[in-house]
Amino acid sequence: MSHTLASTLMNLLLHTLAVLVLPPLIPGLIAKVKAWLAGRSGPPVLQLYYDLAKLARKQAVFSRTTSWVFLAGPVGTVAALLVASLLVPFGHTPAPVSFEGDVILFAYLLGLARFLTVLSALDTGSAFEGMGAAREVSFSALAEPALFFGFAALAKATGSLSLAPMLQAHGMGKVGHLSGPLILILAGWAIVYLAENARMPVDDPNTHLELTMIHEVMVLDHSGRPFALVLYGASLKLVVLGALLVDPLLPRLAQGWLNWLAFLAALGLLAVVVGVVESSTARFRMTKVPQFLLAGVLASAFAFLLLLV
Amino acid sequence: MILFLLAVGLAALSGVPGLFGRDREGRTAAMLMTASAGLGTWAGVRVLLGAPAPALRLPTLALGSQGLLVLDPIAAWFLLPVLLLSACGAWYGVAYWHSPQGSPRWVRLVFGLLTAALAVLVCAAHMWVFLLAWEGMAIAAFLLVITEDRLPETRRAAWIYLVSTHTGTLFLFGAFGLLAGLTGHWDLAAWPRGFAATSQGTLLFLLFLAGFGMKAGAMPLHIWLPPAHAAAPSHVSSLMSGVLIKMGILGLVRLVAWVPDPPLWWGGLVVGLGALSGILGVAFALGQHDLKRLLAYHSIENIGIILLGLGLGLVGKSTGHPALQALGFAGALLHVVNHSLFKGLLFLAAGSVGHATGTRDLEQLGGLGRSMPWTSAAFLGGSWAICGLPPLNGFISEWFIYLGSFRALDLPRWPWSVGILAALALIGALALACFAKAFGTVFLGTPRSAAAAEAHESPRAMLIPMAVLAGACGVIGAFPALIVPGLDRVVATLGPGLPGLAGLTRLPLLTGLALALVLVGLLLVRWLRGGRSTEAVPADLPTWDCGYSQSVPRAQYSASSFADGLVSGARWVLFPKVHAAKVQGLFPRSARFSSHVPDPVLDRTLDPLLRLSVRGLSYLHAIQTGQLPVYLLYVLLTLLFLLIWMVV
Repeated sequence: MSHTLASTLMNLLLHTLAVLVLPPLIPGLIAKVKAWLAGRSGPPVLQLYYDLAKLARKQAVFSRTTSWVFLAGPVGTVAALLVASLLVPFGHTPAPVSFEGDVILFAYLLGLARFLTVLSALDTGSAFEGMGAAREVSFSALAEPALFFGFAALAKATGSLSLAPMLQAHGMGKVGHLSGPLILILAGWAIVYLAENARMPVDDPNTHLELTMIHEVMVLDHSGRPFALVLYGASLKLVVLGALLVDPLLPRLAQGWLNWLAFLAALGLLAVVVGVVESSTARFRMTKVPQFLLAGVLASAFAFLLLLV
Repeated sequence: MILFLLAVGLAALSGVPGLFGRDREGRTAAMLMTASAGLGTWAGVRVLLGAPAPALRLPTLALGSQGLLVLDPIAAWFLLPVLLLSACGAWYGVAYWHSPQGSPRWVRLVFGLLTAALAVLVCAAHMWVFLLAWEGMAIAAFLLVITEDRLPETRRAAWIYLVSTHTGTLFLFGAFGLLAGLTGHWDLAAWPRGFAATSQGTLLFLLFLAGFGMKAGAMPLHIWLPPAHAAAPSHVSSLMSGVLIKMGILGLVRLVAWVPDPPLWWGGLVVGLGALSGILGVAFALGQHDLKRLLAYHSIENIGIILLGLGLGLVGKSTGHPALQALGFAGALLHVVNHSLFKGLLFLAAGSVGHATGTRDLEQLGGLGRSMPWTSAAFLGGSWAICGLPPLNGFISEWFIYLGSFRALDLPRWPWSVGILAALALIGALALACFAKAFGTVFLGTPRSAAAAEAHESPRAMLIPMAVLAGACGVIGAFPALIVPGLDRVVATLGPGLPGLAGLTRLPLLTGLALALVLVGLLLVRWLRGGRSTEAVPADLPTWDCGYSQSVPRAQYSASSFADGLVSGARWVLFPKVHAAKVQGLFPRSARFSSHVPDPVLDRTLDPLLRLSVRGLSYLHAIQTGQLPVYLLYVLLTLLFLLIWMVV
């Protein structure tokens, strides 16, 4: 009993540490991979940590248009994502909080983060930020069903409605390793992952033209500590949603530390893959994005259909 | 029962002293309504906590064996939001009508009568009482909708409402008459087993669905709802959207309680109606520019969510699945209360905006968050809750329905529950878009018109009711376990042997996570406040607008442009109308652009159909000459025709 309690506490500690410390590494990895593929040496992998440290020391500048809602965006995003991260298992380690129906809470916490980000963008009164906000809510209306069809398929396959059993049902029932439905679910979610994290075929985080951005243009006016929260929140989202993608693929290992290692390696690999995708594709025209997202919806809907027969 | 009757009496008479006294603002009426709400709430809460249901019986069996009024758990559950919203509305009305000549006295009188009719309706156990209260409610609501009758659109809205509500009542007359003919008594009581599957049972179900669906505003029957909600004074809109349309749901819930063995297709039909109302309701809301019309379409959406839950429970009842019934019914019932709280709140906040600026047009507003901080916070709270975002109450009821539909995935040969999931997910995402649009254009950014720039915060009498409703949203959202015992008692009356919600869900964990969310948020705010202030930052800086030095309010993203991506993406259901002048030449003249989304049933179907039939009937004028001999000729011809017909 004391052993299990100790290991639970240990896991909780590791989980919290991973959530708090790890995320800024991922954008650094992606940027490094992109730089290598482009033949540049690129910024250091730890660049985001330096940026956050710098921003934390900077004074924030506020427009005369903004109100307290402007701060609700960064604060709400990070708070919602931190709570959501408690529900997600990292690899085959147990999630800190797990109960029937936590999947819905998870999805709605992501929705809360989006809602507050959009509002804080509208608070500036800038047409550009309004444009980004409008695109964000329009595209997420397609990303949401893709996510939910995937959840429904996994719930049907595992008979559970909790993220941990759903994602860790390795080799169980019809969602074994690389079975048809699982591949379709992950394909659909990969599209959601790229869209929600403002990655390349959907959104270009590095473009110089504000007119073509989605996510970056919503946070143009943030500075100082609020901007540090925005950057950290974005990297946290890469980790939290990344766990959804890599968990079902990981094998269950005997030792706890091996599971952690496997998860971290998989997350690193995911960052590399994202970097490769970003280097090898161009951004879609805005009008093509809904079609791309619809492909995600269809993939996960087909996964559900496959599980019915 | 005495408590309840006293409450009804106080509400009904609350406007009477105001007719004679010198009290212009109606504080007496508001106090009487508050007293009525207190008494009624006490009576209702006692029933929900497990006291036996009090009943009003007359000593004659001719008027029903179970009595005229029974305050059972279902009645108590629907009674509480009626009383809360009407008390809040009465206080709100005190300040809302503040004008030199005082507020119209009869609005207060009818408001009290409407409340009394609603309270009697929820308890009705006899068909006559039910229909009388139903008509009382409909007529009182009509009188309130037509308050500002100098505006032609208000008169049109009120007439459409009156016609629709009576069409609905006609269906109910048919249904109750048929039912009384079959059972031989006027009691609203359980149907015998096996009756629901007969052809009469089918007919009854369809009649009830049409009559109650018309009142609830389910999608093809919703025509009266958007114009009436937009035209009525805001505290009336709040009561109508919050509880009056729920009386349709009350009827359906009663129907569920009477029927021991509903056929499977009943549940399927209700789910289908729910999905249609939910998705189309929010989609049409996205296209609206009138703040109150937008909220009205959201009422249709929320009725859709309630119907999804109710249909799910019905499916559970047909298939004998207790957990499904408990989750579906609990989700629907809780959403009834939740929606009345946050939609009441939103309508009051919208009225406050109208009060301050004199307009409901989203494109004229903007930047009100600075001049009206409390109204803005109230509207944000309502939007947060209606989008189903944690940790407010909308999340809890939608969560129950989600849980139920995930459980239904296990049912053999019923894969449609994945449709419920997809519908709920889509509704959630679209509602979020719509309320980001509404809150963003009204309260954020900079004012788009002079009226919006000169807005002022509303008086305290309008703010306190909003605070009460927002507080209730927060309490139910963070501590759902508080209301679960009462909810369990209501759900238990809908089917035999249903499990309690505490065993099906882990509500304490939700509370813990909600508190964690708030705590993390507060810690982050504290961290933001703690930044070093060695550098001097100029105070009055503009928004960084990508190099444009002068930001113009008119250049802001407008409500239409915000929703344009979604509206034009769904143009194959919404059919938006766009009026745009073609820009040509090197120096084009100034041009106007406007777009709006007309209602699919009223503006696109019924209106042209009725115009066409009026034109067709005008051909009959030819035979109406107005001369006596011609009419005598008609009589003669008719008699001749009858004679020939009878002889041959």
